[in-house]
Amino acid sequence: MSESYNRGLIEDFGRWREFAPGMWAWILHKFTGWILIGYLFTHIAVLSNALGAAGNEAKIAAGEDIYTTTLQGLEGLFLIRVLEVGLLAVAVFHILNGVRLLMIDLGIGLEAQDKSFYISLIVTAAITVASVPTFMTGVGA
Amino acid sequence: MAERYSSFTPGGTGWLLQRVTAAFLVVTLAFHFFLLHFVNHAYEITFAGTQMRMENIGYLITMVLFLWAAAFHGVNGVYNALVNQGLSGTPKRIVLAILSLAGLALVAQGTYVALVMNGMI
Repeated sequence: MSESYNRGLIEDFGRWREFAPGMWAWILHKFTGWILIGYLFTHIAVLSNALGAAGNEAKIAAGEDIYTTTLQGLEGLFLIRVLEVGLLAVAVFHILNGVRLLMIDLGIGLEAQDKSFYISLIVTAAITVASVPTFMTGVGA
Repeated sequence: MAERYSSFTPGGTGWLLQRVTAAFLVVTLAFHFFLLHFVNHAYEITFAGTQMRMENIGYLITMVLFLWAAAFHGVNGVYNALVNQGLSGTPKRIVLAILSLAGLALVAQGTYVALVMNGMI
């Protein structure tokens, strides 16, 4: 026998005050997801410079086409490099927590879901910090 | 443990596709970041280099599938987040239409750009 009941909003952001790892994992997964899809639209818009670059072999060979100059111009900005490190952090967390969610969906490790959230955070932080030198190479040079 | 916690019980196609694309994206997103930030550095990207990578048919197909999966996963994720926030009725249908159009435009533009990079167009 099934009963229906009103459990209110499934996603109630007000619940963040009641600290629970699962709640924070959910908030961060949502937050990072919004950033990633927003970035994808921007990414394709920037890469669309390829449409203006294609065909002009002389400029492409010299690295003076609009695609190359736009991307290298952006990469020359310190702010862009900082945002890229942020994007890496967002992507790594979304991937790791996503794997955690897939495992939970499959019924694997449910009793350790809080620990796997903390591990996702620690590994994200470690990868992000370790990547800073790579992302900052040659900026402004 | 008598209870079964797995949610892999009959669900909607959208729900399942969200999981299938997630599994694919875990691999492709990590590969994309690794290749374009650690193997090749973003500040060294040139059109000639992009063209060379995209001329490899396996890479082109991977990147196009990556785009399609990411567009679906992202747009479907946003839609479901809004539905879970209480979106319903006409606003829900309008949001679905807008997100679908935005997703299709993203996929169309991205695929076109990929084919131009490859030299097919």
